[in-house]
Amino acid sequence: MILSAIVELSRLQFALTAIFHWFFVPLTLGLSFIIAFMETAYFKTGNEFWKRTTKFWMKIFAINFAIGVATGIILEFEFGTNWSNYSWFVGDIFGAPLAIEGILAFFMESTFFAVMFFGWERVSKRFHLMATWLTAIGANLSALWILVANAWMQNPVGVTFNPDSARNEMTDFFAVAFSPVAMNKFFHTVLSSFTLAAVVVIGISAWFLLKGREEEFSRKSIKIAAIFGLAATLLTAWTGDGSAYQVAQKQPMKLAAMEGLYEGKSGAPLVLFGILNGQKNISARSVDSLKYQTEKPFHFAVSVPKVLSYLANRDLNSFVPGIENIIKGGYPVTKNGKDTLALSIAERMERGKIAIKSLADYQKAKQAGDETGRDIALKDLRDNFEHFGYGYLSKPEDAVPNVPLTFYAFHLMVGLGVYFILFFIIVLLLEYKSKIAKQRWFLVISIISVPLAYICSQAGWIVAEVGRQPWTIQDLLPVSASVSGVNPNAVIATIVIFFTMFSVLLIAELAIMFKQIKKGPGA
Amino acid sequence: MNMLYMLQHYWWLVVSLLGALLVFLLFVQGGQTLLFGTAKTEDEKSLLVNAFGHKWELTFTTLVTFGGAMFASFPLYYSTSFGGAYWLWITILLLFVIQAVSYEFRNKAGNLLGKRSYEFFLFLNGSLGTIFLGIAVGTFFTGGNFVMDKMEITNIAKPVISYWINSWHGLDAAVVPFNILLGIGVFLAARTLGLMYVIGNIDNAELIERSRIKVKITGSAFVVGFVGILIFLSMLTGYSVDRESGFISAVEHKYLLNFLQLKWPVIMLLAGVVLVLSGMTMIFLKRDKNSFYVTGGGVVLAVWSLLIVAAFNNTAFFPSNVDAQYSLTLYNSSSSEFTLKTMAVVSVLIPFVLAYIVYAWREMTKKKISTEELEDPNSIKY
Repeated sequence: MILSAIVELSRLQFALTAIFHWFFVPLTLGLSFIIAFMETAYFKTGNEFWKRTTKFWMKIFAINFAIGVATGIILEFEFGTNWSNYSWFVGDIFGAPLAIEGILAFFMESTFFAVMFFGWERVSKRFHLMATWLTAIGANLSALWILVANAWMQNPVGVTFNPDSARNEMTDFFAVAFSPVAMNKFFHTVLSSFTLAAVVVIGISAWFLLKGREEEFSRKSIKIAAIFGLAATLLTAWTGDGSAYQVAQKQPMKLAAMEGLYEGKSGAPLVLFGILNGQKNISARSVDSLKYQTEKPFHFAVSVPKVLSYLANRDLNSFVPGIENIIKGGYPVTKNGKDTLALSIAERMERGKIAIKSLADYQKAKQAGDETGRDIALKDLRDNFEHFGYGYLSKPEDAVPNVPLTFYAFHLMVGLGVYFILFFIIVLLLEYKSKIAKQRWFLVISIISVPLAYICSQAGWIVAEVGRQPWTIQDLLPVSASVSGVNPNAVIATIVIFFTMFSVLLIAELAIMFKQIKKGPGA
Repeated sequence: MNMLYMLQHYWWLVVSLLGALLVFLLFVQGGQTLLFGTAKTEDEKSLLVNAFGHKWELTFTTLVTFGGAMFASFPLYYSTSFGGAYWLWITILLLFVIQAVSYEFRNKAGNLLGKRSYEFFLFLNGSLGTIFLGIAVGTFFTGGNFVMDKMEITNIAKPVISYWINSWHGLDAAVVPFNILLGIGVFLAARTLGLMYVIGNIDNAELIERSRIKVKITGSAFVVGFVGILIFLSMLTGYSVDRESGFISAVEHKYLLNFLQLKWPVIMLLAGVVLVLSGMTMIFLKRDKNSFYVTGGGVVLAVWSLLIVAAFNNTAFFPSNVDAQYSLTLYNSSSSEFTLKTMAVVSVLIPFVLAYIVYAWREMTKKKISTEELEDPNSIKY
């Protein structure tokens, strides 16, 4: 009971702090490049206009950067304070990208940020421009390493379990650092962040145009941001497709939750829009199975036939398993190049328990000097290790994430993503025809689009992180076996402290940003 | 000597170097404590905030990297100490989070809490933040009240491998005399270096004069405090691990023995002390322009040597006060040979990183910070 309280509280705390962190980071990832483009224009033309423009956006960058740093350190600490089992179990792999992030990226970012921000009158023009570019590269490099770490949790490759140390150990660094999942996650995340930054730049510029201020500044900012944003959004969509394919291959349960797919099928349709039936609740499955089975998943849904099958397997007629199929098993899968039938979750739980027990037996036999017993235990452990994490689940339904949250977050993200493609195209058309300053309705839409970009970005993380539950490391370690042995009250206290502190800081941050924007780029 | 053994020691050297550099870079925190008392006018406060504001991120990044490197090379320490001493680390965390926003928010319209609040946050970070970091470092020597058993991962009902045995969750470390002394030592080092930085890098005669008077007192207190730490440390009982059996046993005067048996840390320590004293002498002789770098270098060497004897010579670097057998050593808490080796390859880039940091530092501090510069409407300032 206490354990489940700690798990839920620790998840809540991590979600809270990660969401706050992600309010500030994506803007800095994209804006750093937009600033670098602008300063390059200044460096090449010597036109003071560009210097003024660069400095304005730099101030917006700095406000977000500071609070991004503040919220980021909390996440690093939390792996230890709240997820200490996890930190040990996979620290051998997960810690390495974090350390590399610190050594290679954070120092670059923080050193050159100081030069970029304060060095206008202290260093040469050339060194200053270089500092601005290095800040952008440093910021995005740090994103690379933390996303490599995150991708590894979703797709644990390049490791071997060591029964002597009772943990996973890295055996192939390049498999971890350059796994297709890691690369895709990195590009999808940073490109979507570029999109967000572009929308923010356009939104703020639109506000100036609505007020009849700073037309040249605003239109040039809009132009740069719209080109940057359109390219980023199209590439985000492309990497999003890659991401869906990888999820289908590596995390089929997540894909089923994203689509509200309970019963799988061949030639599965993609839901474009739908309202889920709240009665089809996975927690009711074990309580009132009949009612659960007879409920329809959707009140209504608009779907496109066969598209999900194509996205998942690059084959219009392929079979995509639903939540029920994955729980019950028995559908055809390919494993290590061989066709076989998927195991049920119940079977995987059994085999997971064998793996966990074998580990204990292995250690006991080793201590007792019983070599035969040790070898038998080791064989059992190896044979069943791929199911290790399932051994900690108490019922098959535990393997299913929160379906409504994952489903709606996914569809919101995709819908907004498509919207932003159209948005950037219209911005570019209007700007090209020099009409943007006069289209007041569109300027209002541009401003409203700013919060939508944040919602879209957060929704993406909800899909990634809620959709992979209950796993901290896919199939190997569930959240229930990852937490620290702290008192739940301590976690409640820190949640309250963080929430209060962040709320105050967020309000202050927004107020400062708005004042800074109102002031404008100045003369 | 096998490869893993060497790598474990190499990474402890790297991590403890980061720790030592962190203590040096806490001059930023020390500088923040000057906001109340030393700075008399708003202009002077502004000078301090901008002088230290150009550097705060470097300190912050070093703290983050110290944590990351510890996580990667000794994950069991990260897991046991952070998860067990929950409140100790959360306290440090909060004291640093308030710093990160304060520079940027302090002087901005709409900052909600007002200028004074953010200055107070900087002061808290500079005083309590450094003291608590010192307390946390103290646990390398005095240990913690934790239980750790990796095989608990096979206990399906409650797979928690370590926990703190009392509900203080690490705050109990703050009442251990040695830890307190170390905390005060770190605070005094930070403040001394902060004052020296003002003398070398700010163009304001009155502020410099006041700093010169204060640094004599603070610096002397630091030297006395440091001697006190060394005496206390030499009396402490530490824990030694038998590499063959893994058995851990108490050894009286363990850290003193480590210095004497290893010898080379003694040279580092002495060199550090000589540099610190030279820096202080420069202050008294009023040739103090570079005292910051001299004393800073001394602090790095001295702290590095202390952290080395915390773990080298088969010493448990995080002893359990519940049962010595739970204690963490370089051997039972490190990452695998493969990971340590991979990261060792990456660590080859550290000199390159240091080089560009030094270059940027030099470029940025060529000119002293002055009120005229801050009043220039074109300058960007905090």
